[in-house]
Amino acid sequence: MSRIGVFLCYCGSNIAGTVDVEAVAEMARTLPDVVYVETNKYTCSDPGQEGVKNAIIEKGIDRVVVGACSPRMHEPTWRKLLADTPVNPYMLEVANLREQCSWVHKDKEIATEKAKDLVKMAVAKVARLQPLHSIEIPVHKKALVIGGGIAGMQAALDIADAGFQVTIVERETSLGGKMVMLDKTFPTMDCSACICTPKMSEVGNHPNITVKSYSEVENVSGYIGNFEVTIREKAKYIDYDKCTGCGACETKCPQKVTNDFEQGMSERTAIYKMFPQAVPSKPVIDAAHCRKLQEGKCGVCAKVCPTGAINYEDEDKLTTETYGAVVFATGYKLIDWKPLYPEYGGGKYEDVITGLQFERLVNASGPTEGHILRPSDGTEPKSVVIIKCVGSRDPNKGKAYCSRACCMYSAKHAHQYLDKVPDGRCYVFYMDVRTPGKGYDEFYMNTLQDGAQYLRGRVSKIYREDGKLICKGEDTLTSQQVTVAADMVVLETAMVPADGIDELAAKFTVGRDADSWLVEAHAKLRPVETNTAGIFLAGTAQGPKDIPDSVCQAGAAASKVIGLLNKDKLMSNPQISHVNESLCQGDGACVGICPYGAISIVEKQFRENSRKVTRPVAQVNPGLCQGCGACTVTCRAGAMDLLGYTNESIMREVDALCQW
Amino acid sequence: MQALDLSGIPEKDVAACQAIAAEAGVNLKDCYQCGKCTAGCPLAEGMDLMPREVIRYLQLGALDVVLSAKTPWICAQCVVCSSRCPQNVDICSTMRAVRLASKRAGYRPLPEADIFDDEFIANVRAHGVSNEQYLAAAYNVKSGHLMQDAENAVRMLARGMVGVSMHNIEGRDEVAALVDRAMAADAARYAQDGASEGGDE
Repeated sequence: MSRIGVFLCYCGSNIAGTVDVEAVAEMARTLPDVVYVETNKYTCSDPGQEGVKNAIIEKGIDRVVVGACSPRMHEPTWRKLLADTPVNPYMLEVANLREQCSWVHKDKEIATEKAKDLVKMAVAKVARLQPLHSIEIPVHKKALVIGGGIAGMQAALDIADAGFQVTIVERETSLGGKMVMLDKTFPTMDCSACICTPKMSEVGNHPNITVKSYSEVENVSGYIGNFEVTIREKAKYIDYDKCTGCGACETKCPQKVTNDFEQGMSERTAIYKMFPQAVPSKPVIDAAHCRKLQEGKCGVCAKVCPTGAINYEDEDKLTTETYGAVVFATGYKLIDWKPLYPEYGGGKYEDVITGLQFERLVNASGPTEGHILRPSDGTEPKSVVIIKCVGSRDPNKGKAYCSRACCMYSAKHAHQYLDKVPDGRCYVFYMDVRTPGKGYDEFYMNTLQDGAQYLRGRVSKIYREDGKLICKGEDTLTSQQVTVAADMVVLETAMVPADGIDELAAKFTVGRDADSWLVEAHAKLRPVETNTAGIFLAGTAQGPKDIPDSVCQAGAAASKVIGLLNKDKLMSNPQISHVNESLCQGDGACVGICPYGAISIVEKQFRENSRKVTRPVAQVNPGLCQGCGACTVTCRAGAMDLLGYTNESIMREVDALCQW
Repeated sequence: MQALDLSGIPEKDVAACQAIAAEAGVNLKDCYQCGKCTAGCPLAEGMDLMPREVIRYLQLGALDVVLSAKTPWICAQCVVCSSRCPQNVDICSTMRAVRLASKRAGYRPLPEADIFDDEFIANVRAHGVSNEQYLAAAYNVKSGHLMQDAENAVRMLARGMVGVSMHNIEGRDEVAALVDRAMAADAARYAQDGASEGGDE
């Protein structure tokens, strides 16, 4: 026989205004196993809680029902209270009399009846609950940051400065990400490389940070505090212990390859460093283009290397380590606009370029040494059209969302162009100008004073006529069709998630939205957490952002990681799935449905009918299971049970609603 | 309507638009086209371009559109637009500057307004003060709207609100001299501007 205590709350007039709480209490006294019922104006107040505690001890209560606000609000309060009593904290059921009753109803009579039903159900359920106990999970005090752009570097530095070991995995051959490709940063116009490269070398030299460049995550297992991650370091064909980064190999390499860092506007060699300030400041051999590795001939780099660092026999290396926390700072790329916008030439006009190409054109270390020269013939464009929202806010051809940074960098591009080509004309086609950052609108206003002609409307077509790129648009402010004959057109294209994000996120069971941006646990209140415990988000992996916001979010993610790594042990949530092995068929339906990768099928030995049999059964990883309950509804045999929400206890609730 | 070829707009048109604005003390780049001027304009319903659009066409350098617009001639110079502008653009003075530029360039998008202006100044010059009944009569004759407001004239005469006799103030010669001096100074200034503009070309 259980001894159930029911505690009903008025919540001032929040509940009592619509629910006759005393009538509910009267009914509760008649329910089986209920030995005590109490009402209180504010049960959650200190005296209210004290009353609950005293009643539990005095009346020898072993299960508790609280009829009050949503469990989202105060369930943790009640669990904490029970921990101070002989009652197990999971022998508790909260009947939500506020959010699901008094707040959504007006008729007191009906609301009171519903409140009675809710309390009946809670009593029926609590009678079937079993005590649950948290388990301790050890925390590996080491963090993994995926992506070495500005967000990843900032997160790594913040975590490392707090005294924890950090590994950064960077797919490219150098840290820096997109930021290091940019020329200037708005709104202060400080040189992007000048503020980014010191961060890169700080990361490279930090005693607590290990940089794994040219590396990718191969495999992941484990859970919060204990992610076992295998990293593939791609073959660099260079022994970094011997290489001094002198660059002799690069000057002699005969093979020329399109330079992706310069957005295809120049060439690099097959053995290359991404850019002069790269960290690590050592080259790799691009195996796909190396004559020696492809055809077996050449070997010039090995001949000129003064330290004998070239190793054509190098292979990919796999290393596995355990991390307590993971930060996704995987960044973005620009949308491939060419197949989407045939009306803008679809790539057939060389002088229709992207914003990132413009960044390289205007950069002193770029392919034109900072002179704005158009790609087709190397002449200075006297008339430039900038088109915003290419691929953004265009659900038909591109993405429905706003890419957030383009309004500002297009204003920056206009400003930079007019600064470098004072006799040039600059037209900016826009739909809106969104400048909600500190000093942002002022920056835009200054660009107008520079003489940029803003035209409200999208460009409908770009075509070539007499050597000019004719842009047809509308100035919607005058309802006039307008045409501009441009020498060069800059498309400010949408941000989309980095390549491979779907596969990587799936390995960590991190959720993605329809556009493959990683999803935060709560848009407002848990913006850097994911739904997978121990995995955090920084920068544009989560959605389009500018540099200040990326850095800000990276710091926030780092503080969450530091909070986690500061703990020696974590207490697990015991409300997780449980396998009834005698019912389990081992068909793995639960494995497929589990969003956290927490269930696996294992071969286990059983003694059945006095014989030893080995058969497959499901096994739940208590560290990974988040208690969502998807497996319990999927299991055809009913072998999966969610502790705290067992099938039986829920059926009892239904019975209470239907039969009593 | 043909598309406006922004690259084809002559530099001198852009300069002329900027000169018109400069005469009103306005930097065209200040206007961000919020439309508050139009929103408050008491005469907007009679206008062919909204006040905001006049500024917009000036920004684009579309000189011909601006000079042939009726709007600046309809503007009553009430200053509501300028007083409410968040960017401190003096739209009202710009309207006056457009009107003068339009007259100088020989556009008369609203001839009645031009006739009225001329007759008003001639009236003041002749009598030292405006004599409304003769101003109205002269306007009606010159504009061809012979019977405009004739009914009102009968009623106003009957109530003694206007008289038949001509009122000449003392010292009207001095007023005439003032008007002449202002007109001469204006003419001289634009002759000079025109010459210097010509010199640039």
